[in-house]
Amino acid sequence: MLSGVLLFNQKGELLILRAFRQDMRPRLADVFRIQVISNPQIRSPILTLGSTTFSHIKSENIYVVGVSKGNVNSALVFEFLYKLVQLGKSYFGRFDEEAVKSNFVMVYELLDEILDFGYPQNTETETLKMYITTEGVKSERALEESSRITMQATGALSWRRDNIKYRKNEAFVDVIEDVNLLVSASGTVLRADVNGAIEMRAYLSGTPECKFGLNDALTLGSHSGGLDQPGPTGNLSGNKATKAAAGSVTLEDVSLHQCVKLSSFTTDRTISFIPPDGSFQLMTYRCSENVNLPFKVHAIVNEIGRSKVEYSIRIRSNYGSKLFATNVVVRIPTPLNTANTTHRTSQGKAKYVPSENVIEWKIARFTGQSEFVLSAEADLSAMTTHKAWSRPPLSMQFSLLMFTSSGLLVRYLKVFEKSNYSSVKWVRYMTRAGSYEIRF
Amino acid sequence: MSSGGGQDAKFFARGKVAELKVELNSSSGKKDKNFLGKKVALKKIVANMTMSNNDMVALFADIIQCMHIPNLEIKKMCYLYLVNYARMKPEIALNAMVILMEDVKDSNPLMRALALRTMSYIHVRQFVEATLQPVRTLLNDPDPYVRKTAAFTVAKLYDHDRHLVEKSDLIDKLNGMLRDENPTVVSSALASLMDIWERSESIKLTIDYANASKIVQILPDCSEWGQTYILEALTSYVPQDTQEATLLADRIAPRLSHTNSAVVLTCIRVMLYLMNYIESERAIAALCQKLSPPLVTLLSKGPEIQYLALRNALLILQRRPEVLRNDIRVFFCKYNDPIYVKVTKLELIFMLANERNIREVLTELREYATEIDVHFVRKSVRAIGKLAIKIEPAAKLCISTLLELVATKVSYIVQEATVVIKNIFRKYPNQYESIISTLCENLDSLDEPEAKAAMIWVIGQYADRIDNSEVLLEDFLDSWDDETHEVQLALLTATVKLFIQRPSKGQDLVPKVLKWATEDTDNPDLRDRGYMYWRLLSSNPAAAKGIVMGEKPAITAESEKLDPVTLEEMCLVVGTLATVYLKPVHTVFRSARPRRLQDSPALQREKLPSWQAAQAAKLVAADAQAPVQRLNGQSKGDVLDEADAYFASVGAQGVANDGFAASPTHTGMQNEQMYVVNQGQGLGTVRPTMHVQNGEGDLLSF
Repeated sequence: MLSGVLLFNQKGELLILRAFRQDMRPRLADVFRIQVISNPQIRSPILTLGSTTFSHIKSENIYVVGVSKGNVNSALVFEFLYKLVQLGKSYFGRFDEEAVKSNFVMVYELLDEILDFGYPQNTETETLKMYITTEGVKSERALEESSRITMQATGALSWRRDNIKYRKNEAFVDVIEDVNLLVSASGTVLRADVNGAIEMRAYLSGTPECKFGLNDALTLGSHSGGLDQPGPTGNLSGNKATKAAAGSVTLEDVSLHQCVKLSSFTTDRTISFIPPDGSFQLMTYRCSENVNLPFKVHAIVNEIGRSKVEYSIRIRSNYGSKLFATNVVVRIPTPLNTANTTHRTSQGKAKYVPSENVIEWKIARFTGQSEFVLSAEADLSAMTTHKAWSRPPLSMQFSLLMFTSSGLLVRYLKVFEKSNYSSVKWVRYMTRAGSYEIRF
Repeated sequence: MSSGGGQDAKFFARGKVAELKVELNSSSGKKDKNFLGKKVALKKIVANMTMSNNDMVALFADIIQCMHIPNLEIKKMCYLYLVNYARMKPEIALNAMVILMEDVKDSNPLMRALALRTMSYIHVRQFVEATLQPVRTLLNDPDPYVRKTAAFTVAKLYDHDRHLVEKSDLIDKLNGMLRDENPTVVSSALASLMDIWERSESIKLTIDYANASKIVQILPDCSEWGQTYILEALTSYVPQDTQEATLLADRIAPRLSHTNSAVVLTCIRVMLYLMNYIESERAIAALCQKLSPPLVTLLSKGPEIQYLALRNALLILQRRPEVLRNDIRVFFCKYNDPIYVKVTKLELIFMLANERNIREVLTELREYATEIDVHFVRKSVRAIGKLAIKIEPAAKLCISTLLELVATKVSYIVQEATVVIKNIFRKYPNQYESIISTLCENLDSLDEPEAKAAMIWVIGQYADRIDNSEVLLEDFLDSWDDETHEVQLALLTATVKLFIQRPSKGQDLVPKVLKWATEDTDNPDLRDRGYMYWRLLSSNPAAAKGIVMGEKPAITAESEKLDPVTLEEMCLVVGTLATVYLKPVHTVFRSARPRRLQDSPALQREKLPSWQAAQAAKLVAADAQAPVQRLNGQSKGDVLDEADAYFASVGAQGVANDGFAASPTHTGMQNEQMYVVNQGQGLGTVRPTMHVQNGEGDLLSF
C-alpha cells in the first residue's frame, strides 16, 4: 500500500511529508518535484519510476501525492486521496496551501490516524471529529469516552455517533441531477445522460432506520405518500416530460453510501439505511433513457470569408411554463483572432470575454415553454497565417428547480426509531447542466 | 490539536536549530501554562522537519525530555519526530523506549494504540525486537481498536525483519484473528496477512470455501477500505466446485453498487476471477451483464478514477467482449476531459467500433481531428486509418473521411494521414489508387521523416501508375544528404522499385542512389541494402523484380491486443497500477509477486485465452512444417558466394512471399512499424524522460 503521502504547493515547496514505510525516503519528494511539478510534459496523474509510483491529484492550489512501491491497488490510492481532500475540507473549510500551512500539525495528526502502514483506516469525518479536533483536546480523556471512540472507529456503524438528540426531527432530501448533453453539428443527439445524486441532511435523534422509495420501475406501486411536498411539478405540467413522471424510470446504475444495506437493495430494491448525522450523499445514479432535455439549442454559425463569423443562436425551454431556470449562461466560442463583437438578444445580456474567447450570454430567469434568440457577429483581425478555427462546442449552464431530467421521483421516506418520534421530511429537486455541449 | 484553530502558518518557516533549542527549553517550568510555549516550539520543529531541515536531529535529546509531559498534543508531535529521526540517531532514540513501553500499557486504548503504532514504525533493531512482546499481548487486547492496530503492527514488523517474525508465533496469531468478532479487526488482519504474503516466498495463503463464505458475510459491516481488503483477499480463494464459484460471485455482486470505486473495481476483479471457475455459460453471461453499468458509472468520478476505469475497460473488453458491448457512446470525449482520459477513450472507441456503429464513430473521430491538442488529433487520424484496416466493409468510408481531413491542409493532419494511408495500401493493394493524386498534391507539407518515408513508399510501390513518379522521387532525392536514415532507406527502395517497373525512367536515378547508399554513408543498414540491390540488379533483374515487388504479408489491426497469457494475468490484478500500463506486472514492478490462476477441478481450462492460443499455435505449427522444410532443403549447401544464384532461383520460382526471401523489403517495413502503432499498452515506457524521447510511437505518451 502507500509508502508515504506528500503535499506540495504550486511552486513545488513541500508542505507535508509523512512516511509510512521504510522505503519512503525524503529524496522522493525531490523526484516528484522535478519529474512532475516542473515537467510540463507530464500529463498523466500516475508516474512510475523504477518501482516507485507517484499518484497525484490536485486540490485547489496543492498537489496531493500518494507514493507507493509495487503493484498497489490504484483505485484505493486515488479514493484515499479524494477522501483526504474531503476530510481536509470538512475540517478546515477548504484544502489549499493556506489551510494546510495553518493546520500542518493537525494534518500530520490526521494522517497518522487514517493511515496505518499505508493502509487506509477509518476515514469517517463524524468519528474522527470525536477525537481529532481543531479546538485543542484535553489529553486526559475519560477512559470511558476513549472506549466509546474506539468502538465507534471499529464498529459497523462507524459513520454515526450514539446519543444524538434533536428537539425537532427533520430530514431534507435533495435530488440533484447533472444533465449531460452532446449534440453534433447536424443536430443529432450524440449522448444525453443524467448523473444524479441524492443528498440528504438528516437531523434525526437516536438510531433511526430509514427507508427510501423511488419510482424506479421495481419500486412502482408502493405508494406511501407521507411527504410534505409533491413531486417535481415541472415534469407533470411539461409537455413531453410526463412519460417519465408517470412512474417508470430506468436507472442504468446506482452507487450507494456506505450506510445503505446493499444486499437488501439487490434483492428487492429497497434503500434502507441508518443515516450519518448531518449531510451526506445517499446515492448517485446514472440514467440515459428518456432523458428530458430542459433546453433545445439551435445554433447557426457561419464563417464569412476570413474576417467575420455570424451567429444565430436560438434556445427553447422545454419544461412546464410555471417553472423557470435560473443562472442560465450560454457560452458561445469565438475564433482566437476575434477583434470585436456585436450582439443582439431577445432576453438577457451578452458580453464578449476576450480572455476566454467566448461570448457569454446570461439570462437570469428563463421561464418554461419560451424561446430566446441571440444574433451576433464577430469581426476577426487579419492573420498572416490562416489557421482553421477548431470550433469548440457551445456550452450551457443553468439550474432548474422542481424538475428532474431523468423523471426520478421520491415516493416516500420512512423513519423508524425506537422512541417512535414523528419526523418532518422535505424533498427538493434540482436539475443542473453537467457538460451541456452543442457542436456547430 | 492546534489551539485556536488553524493559526499555525506563521510557524511554517525555516528556523535555526540553536534558537529552537533555546525556545524549547526556556518555556519550561510553571510559567508556561498549558505548555503553550512548548507547543509553539515543537510546531516550528515539525515544520522544519517537513522542509527536510536535517539540523533538527540535533534536538533529539530535548525532544525526548518533552515526551514526559502529560499532554497528548505534545506527545503526538514528539512521536512524529521520533518516527522521522530515529534511524539517524538510534542510540539517542533508545531513550524513548521506556516511555513507549509505558504507554503501550496505558489504560486508555487510544494511547495504547498510538504507542504501538509509533514504536513499530521505527526501523531500529532494538525497537523492532522490543515490539514483539507488547504486540503479542495487544493482539488479544479487549479493545478492537487496539487489536486492529496490533494486526497491522505484525505486517510492519515483518517489513523490518522477516526472520524475526517467521520465528515467532505472530503470523499464527494473526491468522487466528480472522475469527475475531469485530469485522474491522478481521479485515485488518486479512490486509496484514496479504501484505506479508505479497513479500514472502515461504508463506502460503489458502482460503477455503467456508472461510471465503465467512469473510463475505461480514463485508457489509466493514468500512469501505475494509471491504476492499477483503475483496482483494478473495482472489486467493480457489474454488473447487463451479457451484461455489457462482454462489460467491452472486454474493459479492451487490458491492458493485458501492460508492467507493476501490470497492467496485476490486469486486469486478474478483468476479472476473471467479468466472474462470464457472462452467455455465448462462451464469457467466449474467455476471458479465452486471459488470457493465458500474464500469460506466465510474466515468462520473474524478478524472483519475475515470482514467483507471477506462484502462481497465480496455483490459476487460479483451477478456469478456460481451461487457460494454453496446455502450460505445458513453466513451465519446467531452470537450473538457483531461488529455489522458481522452486518449484512452479514443482507444476504447477504436476497440468497440464495428460495422454497425462505424458511421457514428467516424463522425466523432472526425470531430476530434479538429481539436487543439496536436497529440490527440494525430491519434484520432491514426485511429481512422486503423479502422479502415480493422473493418473491411467500412474501408471506403474511412478513406473518404481521411481525404476530407487531408483537405484541411493542416500540416500534422496531412502527415499523419499519409502515414496511415500507406498502411491502407498495404492492406488493400491495388485498390483506392485514386487517393494517390490527392496525396501528391500535399507533398510540400511533409516534413516529418515518418510521413516522408510513407509517401516515398507509396511513390515507389505505385511508380508505374504515377505519371511523374521519377520527378517526385527526384525532388525527394535532392535533399538526400539531409534526410534521416529512415527516409534514405525508403528512398533507396523506392528508386529501385521505380527502375524495376519503369526502367527507362529510373535508369538515371538508380546508379546515383546506389552509389550514395554504398559509398557516401556510414550507416551499415543502408550500405548493406544498397549492395544487395546492386548485386541483385546486376546479376538477375528478373529475380530482383520478384523480390522487390513481391507480395508482402498482410497486415491486420489485431496487433493491438495483449497476448493471451498477459491478458489472463492482468485480469487477476484489475484496478492496480499495472492495469494503467497494461503491461505484465513483473515488467513494471520486478519484485511483485506473480499471480496466476490456480488449478482446481472447477477451472474451465479450455475456455482460457492462453489455452486457446496454445491450441491455435499447435495447428499453425503443423501447417508451417511443410514450407520450412522446403526452404531448408533448398538452402542446404548454399554458401555466401552463391548468394546471387540462390536469389535467382528463389526469385524465379516466385516464392517471394515466404518469410525469408521477402526480407529486404520487409525490413524496410519494420523500421517504420506503422501498423503496430499502438499495442494498447498505453503509457508505454516507464521512465518519463524516455516518454519525451520516443514518445511518438505509443498511443499514449506523456
